[in-house]
Amino acid sequence: MGTKTSFDFAGNIEGALKDDQLRRNLRKAMDILVEKRHTVFPDSNELQQLRAAGNAIKRRALQQLPQLLEQLEANCTANGIQVHWAEDTAQANRIVLDIMRRHEAPAIVKGKSMVSEEMHLNHFLAEQGIEAVETDLGEFIIQLNHETPSHIIVPAIHKNKDEVATIFHEKLADTPYTEDVEELTAIARRALRKRFASAKVGLSGVNFAIAETGTLLLVENEGNGRMCTTAPDVHVAVMGLEKVVAKLSDVPPLLRLLTGSATGQIITTYVNMITSPRKNDEQDGPKEVHLVILDNGRSRILADPQLRETLLCIRCGTCLNHCPVYVRIGGHAYGHVYPGPIGKILTPQMEGLERAGVLATASSLCGACGEVCPVKIPIPDLIRRLRNESYDQEQTAVVDGGGYKQNLAETMVWRGWELANRVPAIHEMGTRLAGAMGKHLPKVGPLKQWTCVRNTPRLARSTLHERVRNEGVSHE
Amino acid sequence: MNSATNDNQGARKRILARLYASGTHTTVVPDVSIPPELSFDRDEKIERLTMLMSAIRTEVHVVDNGAWQDKVKELARERGWKRMLYGPQGPIGPEIETALRTTEDGLPELVAYMQPVETFKEELFTTIDVGITSTRGAVADTGAVVLWPTPAEPRLMSLVPPVHVAVLDADAIYDSMNAMMAAENWARGMPTNALLISGPSKTADIEFTLVFGVHGPKELVVLIRK
Repeated sequence: MGTKTSFDFAGNIEGALKDDQLRRNLRKAMDILVEKRHTVFPDSNELQQLRAAGNAIKRRALQQLPQLLEQLEANCTANGIQVHWAEDTAQANRIVLDIMRRHEAPAIVKGKSMVSEEMHLNHFLAEQGIEAVETDLGEFIIQLNHETPSHIIVPAIHKNKDEVATIFHEKLADTPYTEDVEELTAIARRALRKRFASAKVGLSGVNFAIAETGTLLLVENEGNGRMCTTAPDVHVAVMGLEKVVAKLSDVPPLLRLLTGSATGQIITTYVNMITSPRKNDEQDGPKEVHLVILDNGRSRILADPQLRETLLCIRCGTCLNHCPVYVRIGGHAYGHVYPGPIGKILTPQMEGLERAGVLATASSLCGACGEVCPVKIPIPDLIRRLRNESYDQEQTAVVDGGGYKQNLAETMVWRGWELANRVPAIHEMGTRLAGAMGKHLPKVGPLKQWTCVRNTPRLARSTLHERVRNEGVSHE
Repeated sequence: MNSATNDNQGARKRILARLYASGTHTTVVPDVSIPPELSFDRDEKIERLTMLMSAIRTEVHVVDNGAWQDKVKELARERGWKRMLYGPQGPIGPEIETALRTTEDGLPELVAYMQPVETFKEELFTTIDVGITSTRGAVADTGAVVLWPTPAEPRLMSLVPPVHVAVLDADAIYDSMNAMMAAENWARGMPTNALLISGPSKTADIEFTLVFGVHGPKELVVLIRK
């Protein structure tokens, strides 16, 4: 989806708002996630301490980012993991393809990975005649239905069980219609076990890469991540370059924050730490492990001291769950891989303001995302920064496409506004004019957009000053 | 291959150059300490681990050190396990053999995992109904057993069979993941694969309905040897 040059955000939003089923599914799901997070972090003081620690750990990692990546590379290489660097998603896709070709693998089993979504890897591999099999239950469901994830943690959360039942019945051979969730899960287990047993290559993301030991850490509940990283001959891990942390001891507080914020769990079913391919005396595990480190605009984001904070993100998705906009429109309306508040700040920086800057407008700046972020990313500040860069009045924009919204009419209006508020005579004249014209505001341009869903403001004929002069002040 | 390697070296050089030039070394790092972790005595650790893991449907049994094999037999008969995967060279291998290689009725056939998975995959995925492993320890604060699979007890043992039985020494339960990593100096060298396992495989991807046994074991049994 991100390959589109433009997308109809307003149209998407309108469509989503009219979809009652979608809105019911989302509301229910997000309320559950918010409540579960609340239950797992009952002590507010403790949570604030933990968030401060998480923020400091990730900030320290960013402070030493190039050094840590070099250390990670050196340690991974010493452990036998092959490290690849990709400047953009095309390079990353190419690296995965080369590995697939070398092993003559017709298919790849995939654990959940947002970076692989960012790469549009499935689509790319399909064009090369290679089948990518999503194995996370939610991802499996939406892949069958040719959809993309609508949430970064619970990708099929926009679907209810009736819809899943229909998808399985229609898309999987010999599958009777059932709305029983246990049975639906069992169907997926049966379908995917064969794939795990036969796949030559498995793919995963990375939650944290630990520089001091060269270890890739993954969290999950289903076991599909362990399958993809253990059963095939080859394991390919893809990660954004901001995922590296310095030390093993950095991990426990980040894990608490990640699993607590993402799904309201103290710990996931599995914490899977991978440090090397199969050694000579070992019986199983992949014989090759590859790590693909992806930049795709991140090094550019890192260069600005404020925008850099975007890279603190640990992809827990809690900002989505708490966002009044996301809850009403869902992930697909955003038209890009990363939806919700984090998507609003990340996507425009990756793809440029002209293509994706409109995402930053979908916020009431209520501040909820910033309040819940486990690593304290000031998301509302960054949204405002991107909005300002879209106009770039000070000519200081650093994000691609800065000033794309500048237009003469608007600039003139604001110049006029500035003048009117500096010169009392003009202000006076303007006020009188507004009073006289008040009932006849022309319904064009932004005014029309405003008034088509709201009452037209009616300006008073006389100013408050005049009324006080003429009528006095009643203290009743 | 060669040109691919060159491309990759070029990408690496350019990415690192951008990162070094980014000025990120000036990032302010607040001086914040990690909140203190919980600590427990021996009994509290057993209690907390049992409580947390049971809450996510792990079956925890605290047994006398010499009696854990009896519990395995009891469970095997009760559940009708037919084929049990074990590691003969592993820490509990000999004890399992002694306990289960008998003429008694109703006990599972023992299957040794001693060959490369390539020649064993079909059998492993389709014929085994329980895998039994030792553990390296456990962490009490979040509730999980810790496994470092070894050549003697390979990685898939705790993943592929529908039931995983994990045998844990009460003395190997640490307060927290950090405490365990520090006490055992994990930073000095990590194994091929290290795992924290808190329960049976589960999902809530359909309407948040919790279902156990998606891709990994449907049941996790932890025997704590006291």
